[in-house]
Amino acid sequence: MNVNFLPLLPAVQVLLTALIVLIRDLFISEREPRGYLAFISLLGIGLAVAESLALWGGQQGAFDDTLMLDNFALYFALIFLIAAALTILSSIQYLRLTAIHEGEFYALVLFATVGMMIMAAANDLLVFFLGLETMSIAVYVLTGMWRSSERATEAAMKYFFIGAFATGFLLYGIALIYGATGSTHLNVIADALVEQPSQWPAYLIGGGFLLLVGFAFKVGAVPFHFWVPDVYEGAPTPVTGFMAVAVKAAAFAAWARVLLHKLSALDSDWVFPLWLIAIGTMTLGNLLALTQSSVKRMLAYSSIAHAGYLLIAIVVGEEWGGLPLLFYVASYALMTVGAFAVLTSVADGDGPNENYASFAGLGFKRPFLGLAMSIFMLSLAGFPPLAGFVGKFYVFRGAVLSGYIGLAIVGVLNSLLSVVYYLRVIVAMYMEEGGVDGKSFRQAPYVYVAIALALVGTIYLGVLPASALDWSRIAFASLE
Amino acid sequence: MFGLPIGHISVLLLIPVFGAALLVLVPHRQTQTLFSLATLASGLDFLWSVKIFALFDGATGEMQLVERAPWMPSFGIQYLVGIDGISLFLVLLTTLLVPVAILASWSVKERVKEYLIFMLLLETGMLGAFVALDLFLFYVFWEVMLVPMYFLIGVWGGTRRIYAALKFVVYTMTGSLLMLVAIIYLATRHAQVEQALTFDVLKLYDLRLPFDQQLWLFLAFALSFAIKVPLFPFHTWLPDAHVEAPTAGSVILAGVLLKLGTYGFLRFAIPLFPDAAMAAAPIIVALAVIGIIYGALVAMMQSDIKKLVAYSSVSHLGFVMLGLFALNLQGIQGSVYQMLNHGLSTGALFLLVGMIYDRRHTRLISEFGGLWKQLPIFSAMLMVITLSSIGLPGLNGFIGEFLILLGSFSARPLWTAAATTGVILGAIYMLWMYRRVIFGPLVNAANGKLSDLNLREIGLLVPIVFFVVLMGIYPTPFLHRMAPAVELTLKRIQSAVAAPVALNHRTGMIPTNHER
Repeated sequence: MNVNFLPLLPAVQVLLTALIVLIRDLFISEREPRGYLAFISLLGIGLAVAESLALWGGQQGAFDDTLMLDNFALYFALIFLIAAALTILSSIQYLRLTAIHEGEFYALVLFATVGMMIMAAANDLLVFFLGLETMSIAVYVLTGMWRSSERATEAAMKYFFIGAFATGFLLYGIALIYGATGSTHLNVIADALVEQPSQWPAYLIGGGFLLLVGFAFKVGAVPFHFWVPDVYEGAPTPVTGFMAVAVKAAAFAAWARVLLHKLSALDSDWVFPLWLIAIGTMTLGNLLALTQSSVKRMLAYSSIAHAGYLLIAIVVGEEWGGLPLLFYVASYALMTVGAFAVLTSVADGDGPNENYASFAGLGFKRPFLGLAMSIFMLSLAGFPPLAGFVGKFYVFRGAVLSGYIGLAIVGVLNSLLSVVYYLRVIVAMYMEEGGVDGKSFRQAPYVYVAIALALVGTIYLGVLPASALDWSRIAFASLE
Repeated sequence: MFGLPIGHISVLLLIPVFGAALLVLVPHRQTQTLFSLATLASGLDFLWSVKIFALFDGATGEMQLVERAPWMPSFGIQYLVGIDGISLFLVLLTTLLVPVAILASWSVKERVKEYLIFMLLLETGMLGAFVALDLFLFYVFWEVMLVPMYFLIGVWGGTRRIYAALKFVVYTMTGSLLMLVAIIYLATRHAQVEQALTFDVLKLYDLRLPFDQQLWLFLAFALSFAIKVPLFPFHTWLPDAHVEAPTAGSVILAGVLLKLGTYGFLRFAIPLFPDAAMAAAPIIVALAVIGIIYGALVAMMQSDIKKLVAYSSVSHLGFVMLGLFALNLQGIQGSVYQMLNHGLSTGALFLLVGMIYDRRHTRLISEFGGLWKQLPIFSAMLMVITLSSIGLPGLNGFIGEFLILLGSFSARPLWTAAATTGVILGAIYMLWMYRRVIFGPLVNAANGKLSDLNLREIGLLVPIVFFVVLMGIYPTPFLHRMAPAVELTLKRIQSAVAAPVALNHRTGMIPTNHER
């Protein structure tokens, strides 16, 4: 058998970097600084980005096409890599404050990224599962790495149990689909589904639904969202950002390839439940976000709401939903990772400082942080000309084009709800006094680099989205 | 321009942005430099708009100085701006009022830098909304405006500023988000019927949709604009926003932002969906007349001068709506004229209220009385503006109201008669307020120490008074330039209503032939 290893290159690059960081860490004595491990990780990520860009445009399969490195996989790989890089940049100071072990932290972020890249490229349900578990286990550990924090330990436990539960659904779904079609390879399954729907065994649809439930758990869609606020609140803030962005993006990547594209024959069976889930996710996410007093928890609920907007693109289907889904994931990633980076540097690595009150007066005390947070909040709320607006515009446009006008209207009304709580952050920053000023982060340049990069991205995707839109289209079109 | 691929209108939009960027570089404490720079930038923008006025060809109603550049080409979204006889004067009004508002803000002592940056960004947002001819671009500017205004009210406003700012944003966005869905739907229908994906409003004018679709789209657009105008009963955000906003914020809000609502009706809602607009006209006229009378009655009962002026806006904008939905030349021309009048006179009223508030730190009518002897210049200025506001012949307000009533009477005599009582009520509440504040004996000792207007304040009011008088005695240069654009809009509406609906409801794929 002739194996083409080239499609593995970016993922292997990240994996090797993770191993180097992990092994190098072993040989540094306790007292020596190990901050440079972050830069080794960033270097590895940079190389992987370069390789992904070099491979852009190609379409290569490995291991009997169970792993497809097409533009779709590369597009998501770039999102994961950028999210991982920004996470690492914003954790450097945080890790020192919280005494989380640096070497293992960076290695785990990289391992999780490898898992995500495999998920986005997987063309076989078992390969997908492999990637999912690689990612999930790394993120479970990351969540609980701040061992002296009770919140974090509790969150890790909860996340692990819920994750195992979701995995159960996914595995059972995979098993049923295997039973119905005789394969876990998505091409074979897709071919099998071309046959008459009346000949499908009932458990095929059941398997599809179990997959759906598993994915819904992973993206935190209502009614499978209960773990999200607690886990997001408990995890170390940079990890929360990583989870909200990269883990969610990975789940949506797999969702898009497996359910939206390859199993699209089952569309008619799950479009209505999905429609309900999308509306429920948006509405409940936004309503609960309104009632929060902690910005971190608010961002957790807002990430549920944004999963709801992304689900609109899924409901809309391949033709009109593919491009918006991909573009929205990219814009959501930038603004959310930025918002969490600001939160990291405001909260002083400390739980109680995550409330709205901690942000009071920030806009005038720390103009850059205030400006950046305002722009992230406005973008999340969907104000033009920022990335979030363009993303929402194309999602709603997809909904209107495919006839789901009601869904688009529910979506815009939800955006209106979200304006209220996003603006509360701005109210605190510019219209109230008091609060904290993130002293410990005054001397931490890297988190500002992360914030500045996310800021530039958020504005760029809002003002000049044309090229990113083209990338999204090309990426989604590369699914075959 | 300057060897770059940007035209006059782009420069108009960019000057305030560059001004704001320059302000970022100036340190916080140098308030004098900050004010001078902001005044310079907005003043320069005014001069630039005068240049545009000079370049403008008043003989045609078509769009002029059009600039077109691809933005998201694969989705038919472009940067498309242009100006016609309707938007020309609204642009001039904006560029005039912004420097005035900035000069009026010298009493702002805190966070001057941010304040001025938001003012300049607001100017670009407003100007952009007036010149945008691509619906997507229009929506972007329409929403961009909200953010600086939100900050101006929320940071520099009165005691209930946070509530008022949030109410302003939520009200406005409720309408505009539904309009966004309507914009998307409209462009989608156009793409299906004409096989061309575009948000170009001049092309979308030619799309003829069946009545029920027009009605839904019109409702979405109209809701958004009606909230902005504000048309009764969507006006409840306005008194809060006005009372809490700083003086300059009120000037801009009343002077320019409200006009965006009426402008939106005239530029988008009516000509895009003429059948629906015709059908909805009776209801809108009824709401406008209710607004005229209700606004006037509520204004009469106010004890706070600023609130009185705020409610008078509801009444005056009712007249503008009445004129628009007369759907004839006099009515629409009168409406556009009245938009300018209201911008000038209400802007000046808010300035005057701000000036007296800076001196006395109260706006309650009962606290004043007998100011004429203490503040003669103030009293004279307030007199002129009050008379302009109530439509005294010889001042600008008369021309606008007269044209509106003339146009509206030929269309709906009874409603017009009812609206006319609004003119009388307007005279009552304004003059009554004037009598209680200015005339009579000076009973409150606190008013005995007030100083009259200083040179800067007089300088702010002089250009406004100049235009108030000029537009009252010599309206021809204004009306003359508006007429072709208004006629063209009317022609669009009439030909659209006359033509049969060219496409079938369900299929939507029947090719249309536009042989007009």
